[in-house]
Amino acid sequence: MNILYDERVDGELPKVDKAALLASLRERMPDLDILHRDEDLRPYECDGLSAYRTTPMLVALPERIDQVQALLRLCHAQRVPVVARGAGTGLSGGALPLRQGVLLVMARFNRILEISPEGRFARVQPGVRNLAISQTAAPYGLYYAPDPSSQIACSIGGNVAENAGGVHCLKYGLTVHNLLKVDILTVEGEAMTLGSEALDSPGFDLLALFTGSEGMLGIVTEVTVKLLPKPQVAKVLLAAFDSVERAGRAVADIIAAGIIPGGLEMMDNLAIRAAEDFIHAGYPVDAAAILLCELDGVEADVHDDCRRVGQVLEQAGATEVRLARDEAERVRFWAGRKNAFPAVGRLSPDYYCMDGTIPRRELPGVLQGIATLSVEYGLRVANVFHAGDGNMHPLILFDANRPGELERAEALGGRILELCVAVGGSITGEHGVGREKINQMCAQFNADEITLFHGIKAAFDPTGLLNPGKNIPTLHRCAEFGAMHVHMGQLPFPELERF
Amino acid sequence: MGISIDASGQLLEQVVEALATRSPLRIQGSDSKAHLGRPVIGETLDTRVHRGIVSYDPTELVVTVRAGTSLTELEQVLDEQGQWLPCEAPHLGAGATVGGMVAAGLSGPRRPWAGSVRDFVLGTRLITGHGKHLRFGGEVMKNVAGYDVSRLMAGSFGCLGVITEVSLKVLPKPRAVANLRLQTDVATALRLLAQWGQQPLPLSAACHDGEALHIRLEGGEGSVASARDRLGCETLEPGFWEALREHRLAFFADPRPLWRLSLPNATAPLTLPGAQLVDWGGAQRWLKSEAPLEEVRRIASQAGGHATCHALQGDSGESPFHPLPPLLMRYHQQLKTQLDPMGIFNPGRLYADL
Repeated sequence: MNILYDERVDGELPKVDKAALLASLRERMPDLDILHRDEDLRPYECDGLSAYRTTPMLVALPERIDQVQALLRLCHAQRVPVVARGAGTGLSGGALPLRQGVLLVMARFNRILEISPEGRFARVQPGVRNLAISQTAAPYGLYYAPDPSSQIACSIGGNVAENAGGVHCLKYGLTVHNLLKVDILTVEGEAMTLGSEALDSPGFDLLALFTGSEGMLGIVTEVTVKLLPKPQVAKVLLAAFDSVERAGRAVADIIAAGIIPGGLEMMDNLAIRAAEDFIHAGYPVDAAAILLCELDGVEADVHDDCRRVGQVLEQAGATEVRLARDEAERVRFWAGRKNAFPAVGRLSPDYYCMDGTIPRRELPGVLQGIATLSVEYGLRVANVFHAGDGNMHPLILFDANRPGELERAEALGGRILELCVAVGGSITGEHGVGREKINQMCAQFNADEITLFHGIKAAFDPTGLLNPGKNIPTLHRCAEFGAMHVHMGQLPFPELERF
Repeated sequence: MGISIDASGQLLEQVVEALATRSPLRIQGSDSKAHLGRPVIGETLDTRVHRGIVSYDPTELVVTVRAGTSLTELEQVLDEQGQWLPCEAPHLGAGATVGGMVAAGLSGPRRPWAGSVRDFVLGTRLITGHGKHLRFGGEVMKNVAGYDVSRLMAGSFGCLGVITEVSLKVLPKPRAVANLRLQTDVATALRLLAQWGQQPLPLSAACHDGEALHIRLEGGEGSVASARDRLGCETLEPGFWEALREHRLAFFADPRPLWRLSLPNATAPLTLPGAQLVDWGGAQRWLKSEAPLEEVRRIASQAGGHATCHALQGDSGESPFHPLPPLLMRYHQQLKTQLDPMGIFNPGRLYADL
């Protein structure tokens, strides 16, 4: 099933006359950079989910907030859909453009406006890269904690829109836990501040509601993030296991010992071998699974915790436990994990990254289920897992040039997400729903819950012009997806057990 | 564990009836926070019938609790496993419920370092203004599917729906604690706190009561011991923080109305019209004052924060919460209209026109 916008099930979009819109934008905002020629639009036809592409009608590249405001007012008055985009690194197609819409690129807003060491915050424009905040705060001994793998490139505005995570979420939280204030423009171009520099604000917690709302409720124009003192030291333990179940149990044992690691990651054998081939991190390639456990904080505590965790891992049946001897080895251990996606990418022409979350105790059953589905669909799956917080990233290997493989990969991905929902998890932990998981939303939420989501949308964007078709499916789509879903279950390999 | 009763059917029935007759409901647990917010006129919906811990797996760091469960019971159950809710929510009365904790969204002295009640909410079940019992969020740490309705409920004072169940992230208690007292004036204390805030110290509470700076260190044995040596203060009795959290310090006995000023970190010492107590390392200041609302709010606004009056207002109809800018209020009303179209959930508790 194609996930590109389908007016039949996603709702009719307003008809926009490109030439007329371009003319009125130019008239109203002569200094606004607008792309309109096909060859200029093409670089913007997808975000990090590159399997799906739509050429936008126009791309706007504003440099001043008043331009964004004027653009929104004009689009609102003329009923033109607007899709916001930051750095375009999102993995769920949240910034996938619309043929009948304007793509509003916020990447040029890349200034850090203020770093307050005493106030422990940074006030930045939405196009500032995630890593740039920590780099700028580093001289003060401070940093911004959430670190999605794309942190070199991804922008903070996009992080807010997706409620981005990373490998340190269990201890330091998601984007939503690390924000103080977000300035937005509404669909009508009105400026509103959510949150404040204080730790709480009067009224409803709209800051929480907007975080992760995928550009559906407003456009982020400024972000104030919390800064934390940099941990004195960070140490990494690598443990090898001869079964994934044992590795999973070891994670629970670490938590049961009262230790919250800064990062706790698991990789299965296929992912280990791919990463080792690519990065030469020194991973044990025969292990069924490895755990990477990072302990950070004040030196004395980290030293104690390393000893404790080492004992727990050995008792849990680790075949090998290694403490990174120095910073270089620590960085190398992480490099293998942080490059797991591209590493797996070398095994196959294409891969499809899933993002389901599960209660950790369900890990063995879910991995078994994924293995069975992998056979059923005839596609290999490598597993990378934020083990501390139950966020799985199964990577489905496929070749888009082979007829039907992309569709098969999509179908397999959908089944994996439904498996996550069935054990009490979620279809997305940190990548967002976007366009990619729009159908699986119907598996996680019932019609009444989806109706309530539409109510929230209507409170902020009654005409539905902001990022139409993302995040929340129409009930019509769910009805249709439900029908298709049964059909899909009867497709290949009917003899295999299903989950 | 205490008594476990699923009375969600009964609560839903009461909401459906109220919807049919457009009769407002006054949602309450133990009423321990009834002094916060405007009085609500309506039929009482008592969440305490719906109580008990639904599931708790310490190694998953998640507990799911019915709204009417007493907070004390939850804290005991967590404590038996060496865990807790780090946000240290104030009870403000015997029998405080978990639902009330979430609806009021108040957090204790650990808040600046550990996070607020909202930060620990992972999922909720709600009875909505359309008469449905729905589930949002879940029991997993990371979940970005759909809008974050669960965290929106924290601090919404029951104005958007009836919280029937909540899943919370819990954490292991730290291995070591030290409570310290340093004789110094407020200005010096705030200067020290601004410095310490930039260092990886295991701070977990900091309060100045007008006489001395009180601090709490929590972490591993090593970090707490070394910070304690470095700061070189005298030891403080450990009951101080609970007394602060529950407003039982002598400061709170002052008969004048109590105000809570929420301010940016590193706000300079403020001259306030009354007696004050510095909490949250400076980001929260308690004030006992008879000064007019406008004056207290003006001071808080000028410092980049806001002020809430923790005492019932007279018949003025004035909200004890800081007024919202008109545009923000308009979107609050639109959200309320969508989620509670009949206006039956705690109408006016936050603001007269909400």
